[in-house]
Amino acid sequence: MFKSSLNSINEIFAKIAENATLYLPSDNKDGNAVYTKWENGVVWSNSLNTVKSPKDFFFPQVEDMMAFKTEGKNIEINDIREESEDFVVFGVRACDVRSFDILDRVFLVDPCDSYYANRREHGIIISVACTKPSETCFCKTFDIDATNPGGDITVWKTEDSLYWSANTDRGRELLSKLNLEECGDEAVNEQKAKTEAILNKLPLANLNTDGFGGDKTDALFDRPEWKTLSESCLGCGTCTFVCPTCQCYDIKDFNTGNQVIRYRCWDSCMYSDFTKMAHGNNRLSQVERFRQRFMHKLVYYPANNDGIFGCAGCGRCVSKCPISMNIVKVMKTLGGND
Amino acid sequence: MNTRPETLIPVIGVITDVRLDTPDIKTFRVVTPDGKKAFDHRPGQCAMLSIPGVGEAMFSITSSPTNTEYMEFSIKKCGCVTEWLHQAEVGQQITIRGPYGNPFPVDDEFVGKNLLFIAGGVGLAPLRSVINYCRHYRSKYGTIDIVYGSRSKEDLLQYREIIEEWATDEGINVHLTIDREQENWDGHVGFVPNYVKELGFDTNKTAVLCGPPIMIKFTLEGLRSLGFEKTQMYTTLELKMKCGVGKCGRCNVGSKYVCKDGPVFRFDELDELPDEY
Ligand SMILES: Cc1cc2nc3c(=O)[nH]c(=O)nc-3n(C[C@H](O)[C@H](O)[C@H](O)COP(=O)(O)OP(=O)(O)OC[C@H]3O[C@@H](n4cnc5c(N)ncnc54)[C@H](O)[C@@H]3O)c2cc1C
Ligand code: SF4
Ligand code: SF4
Ligand code: FES
Repeated sequence: MFKSSLNSINEIFAKIAENATLYLPSDNKDGNAVYTKWENGVVWSNSLNTVKSPKDFFFPQVEDMMAFKTEGKNIEINDIREESEDFVVFGVRACDVRSFDILDRVFLVDPCDSYYANRREHGIIISVACTKPSETCFCKTFDIDATNPGGDITVWKTEDSLYWSANTDRGRELLSKLNLEECGDEAVNEQKAKTEAILNKLPLANLNTDGFGGDKTDALFDRPEWKTLSESCLGCGTCTFVCPTCQCYDIKDFNTGNQVIRYRCWDSCMYSDFTKMAHGNNRLSQVERFRQRFMHKLVYYPANNDGIFGCAGCGRCVSKCPISMNIVKVMKTLGGND
Repeated sequence: MNTRPETLIPVIGVITDVRLDTPDIKTFRVVTPDGKKAFDHRPGQCAMLSIPGVGEAMFSITSSPTNTEYMEFSIKKCGCVTEWLHQAEVGQQITIRGPYGNPFPVDDEFVGKNLLFIAGGVGLAPLRSVINYCRHYRSKYGTIDIVYGSRSKEDLLQYREIIEEWATDEGINVHLTIDREQENWDGHVGFVPNYVKELGFDTNKTAVLCGPPIMIKFTLEGLRSLGFEKTQMYTTLELKMKCGVGKCGRCNVGSKYVCKDGPVFRFDELDELPDEY
């Protein structure tokens, strides 16, 4: 365990930024926390979490994949992939650290997605333990410990200090360069206990996953409640775009005039044309699309991933859905939670 | 440069032959610019073909893996990519990536079995690969029955190959049918599911069904009434696909991705999945 004073944080940021681009949550002019490239003058946000999740760092919203040139009947394929530069993401919360694990299990399994793998190999995650979890948080539901968020380095914040501990080799390497003072873990344990007490009193503290999991397709798929739950869903896709674990993408071509760029971009299972194809559409109504999103997180994903749920309990969809529908309501309605 | 392998980046394919098979299906022969097969595959697997600027689409590789010279695709005109391909000429380059999906179990569950192939329309495309594979390794399999139907005689895919090669093979029975009577057709007339019931097959066979969902549904019922078990019948599913590798999230039925865990499924496996295909 290492310690630094909260006042010296900008010096530490400067040191980290010497060798790699550093990103951290900072408030924009509307007061929303967004991941921002650090440079002198950029202030670390006090907000609990960012509006958009950090999945962009590894799985960007839009990404060029390859380029084509055509001449007559001939085609030239150009691999335009570049090796990513080293970067550090500071201030990642426990839920979002889990989301990287959830995405890894999709993108890194054979055949490995080289675009994602490349960024993942070059990105160091410095997590920060939560001290003021909010009423939309339910990470605990998925056995995520907000007081021990993980990543390459974990940071705990107290009134006046930061405590640092490395979890991986590359975390240890970076931490050793910061020349921090070694210390015991009493202060951290004290801080953890305080946060723990808040976590236990959160309105969603008792939400549990009973009734969900990889073996629950039959029990849940035909439940009549899907209809009422999805009734007002606008199919706007906001929930999928703010979600750190939503992974669906589209592949499209863009003709720039002298070449064609094939790019991928986030897509949403909530959109009506998501599964539309030549002989029809297997999810014709919003009920089916809505069900897909939640069945994926709560049943299909765990079925394929050792029981790990595809939701990290970050609460973004809870606070952003225009009609206040969300995974918590789905779990309460279908899982017998109350 | 990011030099990690990447399945989403295709290679170039050259169209070396185009055959107008039916009024709306053309069969394309594809090789790499140096005249080779782009990759090896197993019967039932698919490939993503694309024309830059138009789009990418998934097609069954209709040629058999035992064909070492080229791959073939039978493509029905129905949208952007397929229409573009239909106006393409010999020598046109396209892009190709794959193989994707699971194959038919030709080297395990099918071995030693009597095989019954039932296809409707363009559904013959994936089956042709299996049929020609089984013809190549003929001694590994028992009897082979092929029931194939289309709207009209003109809509029967690979008609010449069926008549000149399959029907003349020993131990292979070909049963063709068309939906409505027409001149110069003295074969069977009627829908595939009814024809299958009329033919009344013995249940000592492994059945493979490919075609429009409605044909599959009624043929399945017909075979069930003849006493066939779900564990001895296979089919392929077709859902919208983008990546082909279980990552873009588009083609799942329950926890299975059709591009990766399918497209080949045994009917008892389908029973485990939610009814959303
Ligand atoms: C595993 C698998 C194997 C297949 N094998 C074969 C095969 O061997 N042979 C074969 O011919 N086909 C095969 N198909 C089907 C083939 O992939 C489709 O026919 C093909 O994708 C159509 O592409 P397209 O660009 O021509 O059509 P699209 O332009 O995508 O259009 C198809 C139809 O859907 C509608 N449509 C599509 N997207 C939209 C949208 N966003 N909004 C509104 N309407 C839309 C169009 O109006 C059109 O009617 C297979 C499919 C799968 C999944
Ligand atoms: S489903 Fe909602 S709560 Fe769960 S990870 Fe996604 S945005 Fe967060
Ligand atoms: S659940 Fe809410 S955020 Fe998600 S698509 Fe429906 S209306 Fe939009
Ligand atoms: S096509 Fe992308 S998941 Fe199947």
